[in-house]
Amino acid sequence: MFDDFFIRALVAGIGVALVTGPLGCFVIWRRLSYFGDTLAHSALLGVTLAFTMEFNIALSVFIISSLIALILIQLQKKTNLPGDALLGLLAHSSLAVGLVVIGFLTFIRFDIMGLLFGDILAVSVDDLLIIWIGGALILLTLKFIWKPLFASTVNYELAEAEGLNPDRAKAIFTILMAAIIAISIKMVGLLLITGMLIIPAAMARNLSTSPQSMVMYSVIGGLLSVIIGLFTSLEFNTSSGPSIITAALLLFILSLFKIKQSIKLKN
Amino acid sequence: MSSDQNILVKLNQAGLRIDDKWLVKGVSLQVEKGKIVTLIGPNGSGKSTTAKIALGIYKQIDGSVEKYTTKVGYVPQKISIDWTLPLRVNDFMVLTESLDNETIDEALSLTGVIHLKNKNLGDLSGGEFQRVLLARAISKKPDLLVLDEPVQGVDFTGEIALYELIKKISDELNCGILLISHDLHTVMSATDHVVCLNGHVCCSGSPIDVAKNNEYKALFGEQASQILSRYEHRHDHIHTDEGKIKKN
Repeated sequence: MFDDFFIRALVAGIGVALVTGPLGCFVIWRRLSYFGDTLAHSALLGVTLAFTMEFNIALSVFIISSLIALILIQLQKKTNLPGDALLGLLAHSSLAVGLVVIGFLTFIRFDIMGLLFGDILAVSVDDLLIIWIGGALILLTLKFIWKPLFASTVNYELAEAEGLNPDRAKAIFTILMAAIIAISIKMVGLLLITGMLIIPAAMARNLSTSPQSMVMYSVIGGLLSVIIGLFTSLEFNTSSGPSIITAALLLFILSLFKIKQSIKLKN
Repeated sequence: MSSDQNILVKLNQAGLRIDDKWLVKGVSLQVEKGKIVTLIGPNGSGKSTTAKIALGIYKQIDGSVEKYTTKVGYVPQKISIDWTLPLRVNDFMVLTESLDNETIDEALSLTGVIHLKNKNLGDLSGGEFQRVLLARAISKKPDLLVLDEPVQGVDFTGEIALYELIKKISDELNCGILLISHDLHTVMSATDHVVCLNGHVCCSGSPIDVAKNNEYKALFGEQASQILSRYEHRHDHIHTDEGKIKKN
């Protein structure tokens, strides 16, 4: 069954969407869009590392992204630069360094477009295993830290005062962010991963009244985006990443009508 | 007399310094089961900071904190909640601990906001939100309640009712309460121990002891001292004739 590249892409995409749904909600709630971007940009460096060392791509992306997250935390402590400046610095410099390194690796043929925007043809059975096992681990961990993470998202001091250990939850969540980028890079490409995280979640915010319902809508939105996007990609021969994100955008636009209605009802 | 077993939290010469500026210094106090300890003092005197030290929110402190319970309910003075979160009162109630529906309803009824249960948190008024905060803190039946100006923005009759509720909770749950308030009238009638802060502990003791203290008088003025004495007075006498009974 997995012989067909399209089935593989679909199974991979569904696996990714199941994880980006809940994670994306936290990215929106905790205002981490640019943090996600920075980690994703640094993934290129991870990919080059994987090629030079003949290493697993997902694993090396995960390691490099975690490293960048650590460097970010250190820079935040040691410099007086604002957070967004540090994020921009790390995002663009790691992307640039990654591209420079690729220039040196003339003996390997890189599909740069595939790296940046995703390539459904590239999804192998091994990738499926990484996505589904990695995704299951991410979701289990998220379930485990849900309470302290959510409580500290609402209010850090309440969570800390009532003994929930929010700092630990935050650290674990950072690792989860690096992990989701590592497993979804082949599907959506590193420039668009953050879109996969935040657009379905943003759509879900327009439809939901409670955190649980937002997570649910976010997962549904992600799944629909993947399915619609991949079929479009197959039909019109477009890159898988941009097709999925465009589908997500359309769903977001549709969700705006719902929000208009509920505002009208309120008035 | 208090045995050591009753102590819920104990501060030993605790203080907090940020960038060489002391927010509060050398505070020693303890909260015991069933007792209400009130922190009073002018703005910027370190009341909220002291409460946060007791709660363990600040890690890099001077002195030490010994906390003997993990069942804590906290009503912060300022709370910045991101209103873009889809959060109903009901979701907020189970933020730090899972509770069954009955417990949630009971707590919301006690503070008079049961009708707001399914409302979005961002749609509440200041006073309503304050009642929800208090309901959340008491709903988990904590051993230690830390209430930082818990009735701010609540209407006058509600204020009295809520202070009565706080007193009742302290008795019923036998929990210790660390209370911060500006309202000397309402607070003093129920408080067991008063700590008067002004960057350091300027005086502490029972309400009547504090009222007599000269530093307290210097800080709050003669009138405030009379407020405290009056409450002590009320405990001592039965007023048969208003005008005639006068201490001092």
